[in-house]
Amino acid sequence: MSSSTEPRALTRAGGAVGASWGLGEGQAIPWEYAPSREARDIVAIRERYGLVIDGREVPAADGGTFVDLDPATEEPLAVVARATKADVDRAVRAARRAQRRRWGNLPGRERAKYLFRIARILQERSRELAVLETLDTGKPIKESRDVDIPLVAAHFWYYAGWADKLEYAFPGRVARPLGVAGQIIPWNFPLLMLAWKIAPALAAGNTVVLKPASTTPLSALRFAEICREADLPPGVVNIVPGPGEIGSYLAAHPGIDKVAFTGSTAVGRQIGQLVAGTDKALTLELGGKAANIIFEDAALDQAVEGIVNGIYFNQGEVCCAGSRLLVQESVVDVVIEKLKDRLATLRVGDPLDKNTDVGAINSRAQLEKIEELVASGVAEGAEIYQPACQLPERGYFFRPTLFTNVAQSHRIAREEIFGPVLSVLTFRTPDEAIEKANNTEYGLSAGIWTEKGSRILEMARRLRAGVVWANTYNKFDPTSPFGGYKESGFGREGGLHGLLAYVRLEDR
Amino acid sequence: MVEGGRRSRTSGRGIRTEGTSAERVVAARAVTQPAPVTVAEGVLDPSDGRIEVRKTYKLYIGGQFPRSESGRSYVVAAADGRPLANAVRASRKDLRDAVRAARAAFPGWAGRTAMNRGQILYRIAELMEGRRDQFAAEVAAAEGVSEARARHLVARAIDRWVWYAGWADKISQVLGAANPVAAPYFNFTIPEPSGVVGIVAPETSSLLGLVSRLAPVLVGGNTTVVLASERRPLPAVTLTEVLATSDLPGGVVNVLTGYRQELVPVLAAHLDVDGLDLWGAPDDLRREAERLAAENVKRLAQRPLRQREDRFDWLDDGATERPEWIAAFLEMKTVWHPFGV
Repeated sequence: MSSSTEPRALTRAGGAVGASWGLGEGQAIPWEYAPSREARDIVAIRERYGLVIDGREVPAADGGTFVDLDPATEEPLAVVARATKADVDRAVRAARRAQRRRWGNLPGRERAKYLFRIARILQERSRELAVLETLDTGKPIKESRDVDIPLVAAHFWYYAGWADKLEYAFPGRVARPLGVAGQIIPWNFPLLMLAWKIAPALAAGNTVVLKPASTTPLSALRFAEICREADLPPGVVNIVPGPGEIGSYLAAHPGIDKVAFTGSTAVGRQIGQLVAGTDKALTLELGGKAANIIFEDAALDQAVEGIVNGIYFNQGEVCCAGSRLLVQESVVDVVIEKLKDRLATLRVGDPLDKNTDVGAINSRAQLEKIEELVASGVAEGAEIYQPACQLPERGYFFRPTLFTNVAQSHRIAREEIFGPVLSVLTFRTPDEAIEKANNTEYGLSAGIWTEKGSRILEMARRLRAGVVWANTYNKFDPTSPFGGYKESGFGREGGLHGLLAYVRLEDR
Repeated sequence: MVEGGRRSRTSGRGIRTEGTSAERVVAARAVTQPAPVTVAEGVLDPSDGRIEVRKTYKLYIGGQFPRSESGRSYVVAAADGRPLANAVRASRKDLRDAVRAARAAFPGWAGRTAMNRGQILYRIAELMEGRRDQFAAEVAAAEGVSEARARHLVARAIDRWVWYAGWADKISQVLGAANPVAAPYFNFTIPEPSGVVGIVAPETSSLLGLVSRLAPVLVGGNTTVVLASERRPLPAVTLTEVLATSDLPGGVVNVLTGYRQELVPVLAAHLDVDGLDLWGAPDDLRREAERLAAENVKRLAQRPLRQREDRFDWLDDGATERPEWIAAFLEMKTVWHPFGV
């Protein structure tokens, strides 16, 4: 056992942590931050938006619309056309035409230049996109500015370079585009999920019909503008905002060759059923209930930062969130103490404020789901802790929440909450940690915190999860494949493996 | 016997005999008797007047050869209609037992070194080589092909094991990667097996088709539950005798014979099955199986819809020997670790 695990860590020599502030449990930091609001005027939001089909913005066939809200204020941001089945039909036809007549025949090096162009425009307009994304999702501006948008540009950059190198990607085989891809993305990382879907699809010569989530359509519509700015041929990218039924209709559409879905496991099942018995290619990136495992020899202060990043990043609305904390029994008291101290310093509130750590929950429905699951945790006997932070009066906000005394059978330890709620469980031996970590139908991600290299590799090997972060958490990169084991889905996004999901391999 | 579940094209052949199972066995063997030499020269030799010892074709579950817990069997006919033997008609319970055996065997098989898995697959080829005559006789009888063609099919099945055996310690290097992330982290991706994979073996190609679907799933480290060809199951059963003596741990491959309409939906719906190869399933059954498989997000491999199963050329190496068939039941695991001192 290393010295950092001794009980004396609890004495906090040096006085740099919470106790020196004289705070009791659940008390807020006794000072104010000056507001530091990102300027909103960099992004002009029109009152109305249409669908984007065949390079043109058009109203829905039946003229239907829906109101898109700012979850931090509950004020309307814009009125957006609600796609109908007829619109999806038109979009699929446009995508097919564009694939056959133009995009599919374009030499790879020309496709590459379009994608590089898009990457560059995304970089040029990055602050505008960050503010727009924060307004539509409720995520803190520092996350959209420093994580989402840079990764979006990086994804287009990465896949741009593959477009004319497919023969090196799959040696001995010829990679052909699948055709038209139907893509359905969630509301937690709207533009990033769009990039994960569209960049590899276009690089491989496919065209796309993309349905953004109905609470977060604006960045996808702005992306369509960027495609026009890049002179991307019409019909290559079609955007059809609408409700879930439109997503189902798109997935079941006989005119598409590939379905890519990111969202809940429940909807993923339905998509799988819709695609059953067809020759459509399918990739699913679904839910998760990741274990973040802290060994007694871990660098505990770093681990606490990793735990916080793991579950409170993006309000915990992350499929790979480290929502189950597994702490080795010998250090559980000190870890929870440090965690509570750290939670007291998290700033919850205005997503546009550059100091905000935890923004707004994306919708009322999601907030209610979080509240319901947290209530179940209390009812089932887990012990709840929430810091006494001030929440804005309007908007969908939820306090960072920590549950201790959690049993594996509790709903908060089994179900994906998709909110800033951490369940703490304990273990004694590495075997027990593996047993508990793998005791879930999900298998998207996991975290390991230990200073022992051989233990990292052994744990990483035995964890049934597609992404394993060791001594870090929630890191993403376009070169790094992402995706799940078990009921967290199949297929990978990112890297060479992400390209494979959009090609048909033929013999030379 | 339950008739309702069977496809008309098998039940309509008129090969089924009536009566008790004992009577049926007698009837089946009486017809088999006259032409042993043509089906297995050197194996069945009536010239010394000896009464041959016949084989009972059983299931292969967890390294054992049980009969069905249901006590059921069905008559297997040769391509020319002669009854050949009684095969076990596996039940849903047998299938669940097979899945349990496959799950139990998974950690051990996945945990073997890649080289060891490769050697065991190669060992299967070695042992098949020594039984070429027997396999050729069974394939000829089952598929109605000439003896020469049957010998060729068996030889290629053996060679296919060798081809896939060699992939065991290479697939990670071809499909894995060290990824150049734009931050100070070491990041690598390696393939791992999906888990328990159900294989609906090709209906027409009793041995070569089966081996072509089974070998890639095994070499990746998965364990399997195989539904043998319904009308031509005997070569698959003989293959289990090879598997049982080839250092392949019990439970890694489990082979059931029986009716597909009865067993495929149960396999597809089983929540402890991680993947499904539906190559041998007819289109209607495939659709139902895929719908059921969505419940626990099973990985799927299937024959393209336009591709008629009975027209597929299993001798075409380009179409049957592909790393993609290994990759179909592999998961990519990506691990991150920061650089630092």
